[in-house]
Amino acid sequence: MTLLSVETLSRSFGGIQAVRDVSFTLAEGETVGVIGPNGAGKTTLFNLLSGHERPDSGRVAFAGREITGWAPERLIGQGLARTFQHGRVFANLSVLDNVLIGASARLRYARPNWSLLGPLGELLRALLQPPAVRAEEAALQAEAQTLLHRFGERLAPRANHPAHSLSYANRRRVEIARALAARPRLLLLDEPAAGMNESETLELQHLLLDLKTQGQTMLLIEHKLDLVMQLCDRVIVMDDGAVIAAGTAAEVRRDPAVIRAYLGDSAAAKGEFTQVPEVTL
Amino acid sequence: MLSALTPWIDYTVNGLVIGNIYALLAVGLALIFGVADLINFAVGSVFSFGAYIGWVCAAYLKLPLPVTILVVILASALLGIVIERFGTRPLQGRSRIAALLVTIGIGLIIDQLLQIIFSPDPRALPSGLPDRRFTIAPGATIGTLDLLIAGVGSASGLALWLFLSRSRIGWAIRATAQDSEAARQVGIFTDRMNMLVFALASSLGGVGGLLIGMYYNNIDPSMSFNATLKGIVAAMVGGLGSLPGAIIGGLVLGLTESYGIGIFGASYRDLFAFVILLLVLVFRPQGMFQRAGRAPEPLTGTFIAWSRPLRLPRPVQAAILLVVLVLPLAGQPYVTQIGINALIYGLAAMSLTLVAGTVGQVSLGHAALLAIGGYASALFAANLGWPVALTIPLGGVVAAALGTVLIYPAFRMSGHYVSIASMAIAEIVALVILNWTGLTGGSMGLSGIPPLAIGPIDLSDARSTYYICLGLVIVMALLQARLLRSHLGRSLRAVRDDAIAAKSFGLSPSRYKMIAFLFGGFGAGLAGAISAHLFSYIDSNTFGLDLSILVLTIVILGGLGNIAGALLGAVLLVALPELFREVAQYRELVYGLALILLIRFRPQGLLGTA
Repeated sequence: MTLLSVETLSRSFGGIQAVRDVSFTLAEGETVGVIGPNGAGKTTLFNLLSGHERPDSGRVAFAGREITGWAPERLIGQGLARTFQHGRVFANLSVLDNVLIGASARLRYARPNWSLLGPLGELLRALLQPPAVRAEEAALQAEAQTLLHRFGERLAPRANHPAHSLSYANRRRVEIARALAARPRLLLLDEPAAGMNESETLELQHLLLDLKTQGQTMLLIEHKLDLVMQLCDRVIVMDDGAVIAAGTAAEVRRDPAVIRAYLGDSAAAKGEFTQVPEVTL
Repeated sequence: MLSALTPWIDYTVNGLVIGNIYALLAVGLALIFGVADLINFAVGSVFSFGAYIGWVCAAYLKLPLPVTILVVILASALLGIVIERFGTRPLQGRSRIAALLVTIGIGLIIDQLLQIIFSPDPRALPSGLPDRRFTIAPGATIGTLDLLIAGVGSASGLALWLFLSRSRIGWAIRATAQDSEAARQVGIFTDRMNMLVFALASSLGGVGGLLIGMYYNNIDPSMSFNATLKGIVAAMVGGLGSLPGAIIGGLVLGLTESYGIGIFGASYRDLFAFVILLLVLVFRPQGMFQRAGRAPEPLTGTFIAWSRPLRLPRPVQAAILLVVLVLPLAGQPYVTQIGINALIYGLAAMSLTLVAGTVGQVSLGHAALLAIGGYASALFAANLGWPVALTIPLGGVVAAALGTVLIYPAFRMSGHYVSIASMAIAEIVALVILNWTGLTGGSMGLSGIPPLAIGPIDLSDARSTYYICLGLVIVMALLQARLLRSHLGRSLRAVRDDAIAAKSFGLSPSRYKMIAFLFGGFGAGLAGAISAHLFSYIDSNTFGLDLSILVLTIVILGGLGNIAGALLGAVLLVALPELFREVAQYRELVYGLALILLIRFRPQGLLGTA
C-alpha cells in the first residue's frame, strides 16, 4: 500500500531552483534512501515533506490524504515525524523530556481538542491533574524510558542530563528517540549518521535495521553509502534539485548519471564506482 | 481658503523639525544595530546627557553656540565609547537580548546620575539665537531655531553618508555591518569599528538632546525615556539597520505626531507612535522601506544560560518559611510593610519568570498586566460595589484574558522584537487608560478604591495584608510549580529552546505562549489588584515601564524561569534597598548596576535558570 506519494514537487529560493519536479512514492514498510551531492536539494525536499517549507507547485499525499502545504504541527498528528540535519535537540531539557516532547501529539487527555478554548483547557488540566491526565503521563514516561533503552547504554544512564551536555552523536540519538516517541507511520531521517564514527554508525545501522524489521517506514538522507546500501530497499538520487536516478542500490551505482553527479564526466567514462567519496559536513 | 491651511503648514514645519530630531536618534540606533547587532536602549539617556552638557556650556558657562555644539558632540561621543567598551563589548557572541538589557541598565545609571548631579527639576536651556521668524506662507512662519535644527539634521545626514560611502573607515564600518567575521578576516579591527559607531551614534543622539532642549527651552532627566521610545519607533518604521529608512522613519513619525496632535489633541501624541510601531512590527517587521528578506531573526537563541536550578535543602526551605510566617509578629510595622512590598513584587516576578523564562518571551510590558488587573478590580469594587475578595481574582482573570488578547500579535515574533512589541503594547494600554477618562478617571487616576476586606471583616491593616499577600504568593507558587512539573513544563521550555523543532512535534508556539500568558497574566493581575486596594489610589503612571524593567531585573537576578529565584530576587531588589534607607534614593542606580553585572557575570541568575 502506498503511504507517501510525491508528485512534481518544486520549490525555488530567489533564482535558485532547490527542488524541481520531484516525484516518487513510498510503500508502507519500505525504507528508501535519498542520496546526492551537497546542495542537491535533499534537505529542502525533507522540509517540503515535513511542512517547514511550502512547495511552489506539486502535491504530496500521505496515507491517501492530500497534505500539500500543511503545517508541521498538523503533519505530526498524521504520523509524519522527522529528525534534523544539525541535531535540533531542546538544549535545556533533559534527555527524557526531549523524548517525551516527541510524544506530545499523542497526548489525548492533557491536550483537549476544544477549538478556541483548547489552550485554557490544557492549562486547567495541567493544574488540576485529573486521573486520566496523570495515567497518560505515567504511561508515556514508562514508554520513553523503554525507548531510551533501545539505544543501549548510550542514553538511558543520561536520562536526566540536560541535552546540551550530550556529545554530538548522542544528540543525534536523542533526535531519533524523540521522533520514535511520536510512533510515526513515516520516519524522515536527515543524515542520522552525520558526525558519527564507524562503530557508532554501525550501531545506528543495527538500530535502524531493527526498526525496519518491525515494519517502520523510513525515508532517509545519508551520505554514508554503506549504511544506505545495507538498509535501503530503494535509493533515490538527487542532483541540482531533480531526481536523476532511482532504483535498488545496485542499479543506481552503475547509473552513468549518478557517477557523473558525484565524480564528474571523466569518472563516468570508467564505469561503475564502488564507493562514493564520503562527504561529511 | 489659505487661512484654513495655515495651521497645517505650522503642523508640517513642526513635524519636520521634531522629525529631524527623531531621525538623529534613529540613525544612531540604525548604525549601532547594523554594526553591533543590538538595539541600544541607552540612546535616550545619551540624548539627555547631551542636553545637560549643552546646558552646562550654554547656560552655565555661557559659551557661544558653535562651541556648545562641539563640546556636546565630543562629550557624547566619549560617553558612547564608554558604553561600548564597558557595556556591550564584553557581551559579544551572547544573545542579542543580553546586550539590549545591558543598555537598559546603562540608561538607568546615566539617568540617575543626571538626576543626582542636576536634580530632577526641569531647567531652561535658551538657544541664544536671535529670535527671528521668516514668513513662508501667509500666517505661517519658520524660526531661526527651526532652521538650525533642519540644518544640523541634513548636514549630519549628508556628512554621515559621505563618510560611510567615501572614506576607507566608512567602508570598513559597512564591511563590519555586512559580515563582521569576514571583516575580521581581512584585517578590520571590528572592535574599533563598534566603538567608532557607538561614538558616532552617541554624538548624533547628544546633539539631538541639545537641540530639543533648546527647542522647548526646557530639559529634565525624564526626557530620556521618551527619546528612547521615539528613536526606536522611528528606526523600526524605517527598518532596523537602514540609514535612509531611519531618516524617513524619523520624519514620518514627526509628521504623524504633529498632524495627530492637530486633529485629536496633545494627549494622544504618543499613542500614534506606538500604534505605528505595533503595526510595523506585525505587518512589516523588516520596516516600511525594506524588502522582506529572510526572517529578521533566527527562531532560536533566547536569553537562557545553560545551568541547572539550584535546589535549596529542605531544612533551609523550612527555616525560610518559618521566618516569613513570623515576620509580622516581630512588631516592626515598617518591616511588615517592606515585606508586603516584596511579596507583591514577588507575585509579579513569578508571573514574569514564566513568560520571560520558561517560554522565553522577554517582555518589557509586564506592568500593563498589573495595570489591567488593578484597574479592573478597582472599578468592579468601586463602581459596582462588588466585594473586594471577589474583585481581586476577577482582576486576575481580566488581566489574563485581556493581556493575552493584547499580546497576541507578538506571538509570531521572536527575540528582541517581542521585547519591543510588548513595550509598545504596554505603552498603548497606559495611554488608553490615560485617555479613557470616563472609565478610568484619566490623569486624575482612581481614588477611594475600597480597602482589602472579606465581607464585613476589614483586612487593611499591615499584618492582615501581609498574610493575604503571603497566602497568594504561596498558592500561586505551588500552582506554578505544579504546572512546570506537568507536560506543560517541558512543552513551554521546548518552544523556548527551539520553536521549529517544537512545531515538528505538534507544539504550536503560539498556543504555548498563550498558555504562559494566561497563567502569568492571572498572577500579574492579582499583584496589580492587590496593590490597587492597598494604595487606594492608582493612575496611569502607577504601572509604567520602570516597573516592567524592575520586575524583569528581579527575574533575571533570581534565574529565568525559577520560581524561588523570582521570590529571592524580589526580596533582594525590593526589600533590601528599603532596609538601607541611604540606598533607597539611589535605587535606579542599584537596579541598573544589578542588571549589567548579572548579565555579564551571572546570566543564569542566583538560583539558576529552570
